[in-house]
Amino acid sequence: MAKRKYTKSQLREAGQGYVFLSPTILTLLVFLIGPIIFALFLAFTRVQLLGDTSFTFVGFDNFTRMVDDTRALIALRNTAFYVVVVVPVQTILALVLAATLNAGLKGEKFFRIIYFLPTLTSSAVLVMIFMWMYRPDGFINSILGGVGLPTYNWINDPNIALISIMIMNIWATAPFFMVIYLAALQDIPDSLYEAADLDGANAVQKFWHVTVPLLRPVTGFAVIMGIIGTFQLFDQSYMFSGGSGGPDNSTLTVVLLIYQYAFAAYDQMGYAASLAVALAIVILAATLIQRKLQKDEEVY
Amino acid sequence: MKSQMNIAKLLLYAILTSYAIVTLIPFIWALSASFKPLNEILAGGLNFIPQEFTFNNYITIFTEQALFPRWLFNSVFVAVIGTALNLVFNSMAGYALARLTFPGKKTLFITILAVLMIPAQVTMIPNFLILKELGWLNSYQGLIIPGMVNATFIFMMRQFFVNFPREVEEAAAIDGLGRFGTFFRIVMPMAKPALAAQAIFVFMSFWNNFMAPLIIMTDASMYTLPVGLNAFQSDYATYWNYIMAASMVFTLPVLVIYIFFNRFFLRGLSFRGDK
Repeated sequence: MAKRKYTKSQLREAGQGYVFLSPTILTLLVFLIGPIIFALFLAFTRVQLLGDTSFTFVGFDNFTRMVDDTRALIALRNTAFYVVVVVPVQTILALVLAATLNAGLKGEKFFRIIYFLPTLTSSAVLVMIFMWMYRPDGFINSILGGVGLPTYNWINDPNIALISIMIMNIWATAPFFMVIYLAALQDIPDSLYEAADLDGANAVQKFWHVTVPLLRPVTGFAVIMGIIGTFQLFDQSYMFSGGSGGPDNSTLTVVLLIYQYAFAAYDQMGYAASLAVALAIVILAATLIQRKLQKDEEVY
Repeated sequence: MKSQMNIAKLLLYAILTSYAIVTLIPFIWALSASFKPLNEILAGGLNFIPQEFTFNNYITIFTEQALFPRWLFNSVFVAVIGTALNLVFNSMAGYALARLTFPGKKTLFITILAVLMIPAQVTMIPNFLILKELGWLNSYQGLIIPGMVNATFIFMMRQFFVNFPREVEEAAAIDGLGRFGTFFRIVMPMAKPALAAQAIFVFMSFWNNFMAPLIIMTDASMYTLPVGLNAFQSDYATYWNYIMAASMVFTLPVLVIYIFFNRFFLRGLSFRGDK
């Protein structure tokens, strides 16, 4: 192996490169890569936080414990239900809104600005507004009752509480994916629609046979981002339930459970870390499977 | 044929308008409540225009809720410093990855991309323990320093600098500027559109972040607005007039930024969508 000799200017450039990257390297090492390794270590330990922090190696105990942990299973079921409902609904809603906005109507910009507002607004503010509108005698029940529809105890009924969060989040997130769809729609050449016109396709057929297939890569992106986001549901269920995941564990999500074990108990941090590692594996697996499926049916 | 077109158009407008109403109503309803006295809110009714218009809710949260101005300050401070650090550090990293040659560059770039995929929950617990060891719990640096670089925007800045005209830098070098002078005085000012898009997203993620301050800040005077608002809500559960006024104060800065930087926003988003 020949030893490479660096010229003076090459050495200087390398030095400059490291100087430019030093804040990044430092932060990555201390607050990202270090913690990832640390998390893997924690997942196999029992952490005692009272007094001096101590770590005891426990092997796979934390992972085997999950199987018998009723609350973990409830949290997993709630989260899975949430993902399975929210991701398709928000993606389809985003696509329909984007296609409607892209039909060449006047005022497109105006609608786009309005639609985007909930995406900008902090989850804390949205939760406050919705908790207030969801009160038993609040805005939403007044409207529903006014037109003769059934009213609900949106926050305190265990059968409804998670659905209340779903409605709020679909409302808040769909416009974000709408904007992404909109950008992609504007890249579809008009000639494709003109060709479909010549074949006698109507508007619905054009949407189904031209627009939807061409948007498949964007849909893949929206689904991955949607899955990653929904699996991590925390802020809303924390605030809705005052941190408890209630009523009756109905809004308990995996991340909320991790938070509870890690920061509300004094000796469960290791178990919380093992749950976090398990969640990360699930999210990464979902992402990889989605990517694989997408590659297999790539249209281009 | 023509009338059919018109019906279709009408239908599309009906869809767009009804969804716009669905989007706007919660905000208008909250805004309206922030100007109503509590008894009017509790009396119920669906009037959007307050019968008794008052600024008292705003005055009260700023004067009688001793911590509210502090939470506002904490949020502004953390978001502004955090954004400034991100702009400088992400750009420096992106520039080095796009332009400079040095050993280990490829490994670093792949590492940064891989880090993009790791969910924050994994690092949340170890980071808490690290911050505890550093004595940074309940401090501004505990919230700012771990978030002072962002892999997504390092990647975005790298893409920007790859397409940046080399001639500009060569001209600057001929004029006698060194690498750092060229970067800070020539390259950065020309990167304004990319920096603007980045600034908006980074600012918003600091401003809206709930989980990190919830974990790191133990003292109520160190809360940022999201955590403060949540604490406020559980303490004053029935004072919806104050909660709505506080929510509106919280939303205003983001709204102003959005209106001013709307075009950068969409550009920034389609940047992400293109991936």
